[in-house]
Amino acid sequence: MSEGLGEEVKTNPQGDVITAAPAPTKEAKKGAAAQRVVDPDYLFLQAPREKTFITGSEAAKEAIRRANVDVAISYPITPQSETMQQVGYLYAEGYVKDYYRGEEEYGVMSAIAGASRSGVRCLSATAGPGLMRGLEVISSWPGGRLPAVLLIMCRVINAPLAIQPDNVELSYMLNTGCLLFHAENQQDFYDYSLAAFMIGEKPEVTLPVAVAVDGFFVTHARGWVSLPAADIKLPPRDCYHEAVPMMDNENPPIRISRDAPIQKSNFISYQMHASWQQEIWAAQERSRKWIDRWLGGLIEVVNPKAKIMIVASGSAVSQSREAVRQAAEQGLEVGLVKIKSVRPFPADEVRAALDHAEKIIVPEFNYVGWLAKEVKSTIRGSERVISGPRVFGGMSMPTELILEYIMGTPNRR
Amino acid sequence: MALETVRVSPGFQKFLPKEYQDLVENGPFTKERKVSELGSFKEILEEHPMCAGCAMTLFIRVALLALPSVENSVIIGTAGCGRLALSQAAIPFVYGNYGDTNAVASGLKRGLSVRFKDKPKDVIVMAGDGGLADIGFSAVMHSWFRKEKFTTVMLDNEVYGNTGGQESGMTQKGMVLKMAPNGKKFEKMDMIGLAKTSGVAYIARIAPTNPTRVATTIRKAVLIAREVGPTYIQAYTSCNIEYAIPTPKVMDDARMVEKDRYGFMEYFTDEAKAYWEKTEADRRKLKGPAEKAESQETK
Ligand code: SF4
Repeated sequence: MSEGLGEEVKTNPQGDVITAAPAPTKEAKKGAAAQRVVDPDYLFLQAPREKTFITGSEAAKEAIRRANVDVAISYPITPQSETMQQVGYLYAEGYVKDYYRGEEEYGVMSAIAGASRSGVRCLSATAGPGLMRGLEVISSWPGGRLPAVLLIMCRVINAPLAIQPDNVELSYMLNTGCLLFHAENQQDFYDYSLAAFMIGEKPEVTLPVAVAVDGFFVTHARGWVSLPAADIKLPPRDCYHEAVPMMDNENPPIRISRDAPIQKSNFISYQMHASWQQEIWAAQERSRKWIDRWLGGLIEVVNPKAKIMIVASGSAVSQSREAVRQAAEQGLEVGLVKIKSVRPFPADEVRAALDHAEKIIVPEFNYVGWLAKEVKSTIRGSERVISGPRVFGGMSMPTELILEYIMGTPNRR
Repeated sequence: MALETVRVSPGFQKFLPKEYQDLVENGPFTKERKVSELGSFKEILEEHPMCAGCAMTLFIRVALLALPSVENSVIIGTAGCGRLALSQAAIPFVYGNYGDTNAVASGLKRGLSVRFKDKPKDVIVMAGDGGLADIGFSAVMHSWFRKEKFTTVMLDNEVYGNTGGQESGMTQKGMVLKMAPNGKKFEKMDMIGLAKTSGVAYIARIAPTNPTRVATTIRKAVLIAREVGPTYIQAYTSCNIEYAIPTPKVMDDARMVEKDRYGFMEYFTDEAKAYWEKTEADRRKLKGPAEKAESQETK
């Protein structure tokens, strides 16, 4: 491009600056080749880190750069597109071994199922309507015991059509059997996404992991993220140490197919299917120790003794932190429980953290209030829960609204 | 798969089922088997609940035997009659969601290529006309457009046999079937034409009347897919139940349909043709005159 043309900044209808895909530089390619494998404990917990000011999408990219991904399959959907296109750049630079754009989400999520069965580490990402389109396939991943990572950059589910942030889609993810983490900010999105690969691939877990983040609020906004050096990466997937055989025909020619349907109407079939489903949820529980170890627990508690407690996940946590600070300015101590892992749901931890609370407020970025329902069904004395405030359709949540609930809104159920 | 993984250790001999021992000793894992030998050894397909005399079963039996590397193959299927037999084969079988076969195969093949650089791993989709031409249509077409290196075999019984006889896109125009009570309103989909347009490297249309030819075609398709690009076989595998074909007449029907509208046809792209001719020439050089004679005969 000539110097003169460079002055004109073109944007797409959504206002994003249009840039051509950069060709990978020689330097970048050298970077990928020079990466060395380190122990996950070192990468997650010990490696020196440096702070950088990046968007949520860039944070995801940095996680994938260090994740030693074999196959990434993409499809554009706002606000996810930027991340998966950046994964394309990582592929061009040699950080990811294979990458392509699939036909649409059903095809992409199916292809991830195929790739995961082959024993490679694989990943995709989606948002809102894209998640809904792929959901039939995503729901079958846990039954296939397919450890893949799915990033969800939440957005409104149509209709009416909108591209704004709203995490109602996570209510559909709750019962799929996938592990589900909800990131508060850019730092979480980096940390959770990277740890997700290792947690899902643990032999006793062998499950897909979805890492959700609220679109635009986090994906398109900058925040401080502490990153270890880019020259280290996770060990590769160790597929023969997982719960089920790979579909690579490296096993003896057994007469049972791992994926054969169980459909005959007899007691043994019911029993098999029931136990398989129970096993998925048991495997979720077994992931807890790794979430504790690498993400510092399934929840975080602020002001644990406060009589008024807020429970939140995702970017509602940041709004709640501010509300807690503003309440303190007015002389009121308010506590906060941040839910990092929605699946497995930290039931014991939440019960313990809220046992003493007199009032529990659950602010959410969705209409249905899925988190409030989870909390109510978990704790003793669910009448203590005020399910709200809730905003949706892309609206931001004023901290004053949370404060209003703290200060005296009558219990609304 | 290393043969060593398959072999039974002498110490465990008495504990393993006889059929497994037969499979390892005499099956196609250790040596290439001819169609004429079917029935003389323990084959890879176990008993299955398909209807007696279903032409699809014969086709599947021959196709599995003909795979150039049984021990390095993975089959992908979907809901439908075919998978009742496929899931009983001693080959890993992926059974996913309806219509996802070619998308799953794309990911699987790419993953296997990342993991096994020096060992060809063949991926074969074998599914019905409903699974491939209707609900899985987009995935099939896009796997062809992307030039994914695997074989797609359509078991074309021209009906949804497994769900009790509804029309599919591959049903012939005018057929009266459930969900087509006044006769099907549009022509049988031209999947072969679509495959050509999409740049599929090798395409064949075949009926199960000549098992040796079925075997040769499958072998060709899998080997070309390994090196050149996507391959497609469309096989007439009648549904004797929904089309009320008496079991003893299944082959008569196949011969009639073959003569009428399902004659053997194959198509190569130039690249596939060149590759195949070279492969055959090398094979003849290696195997000698006897082998040459056999391959001529099956043409
Ligand atoms: S229903 Fe038709 S296609 Fe299915 S097994 Fe029976 S005869 Fe074969």
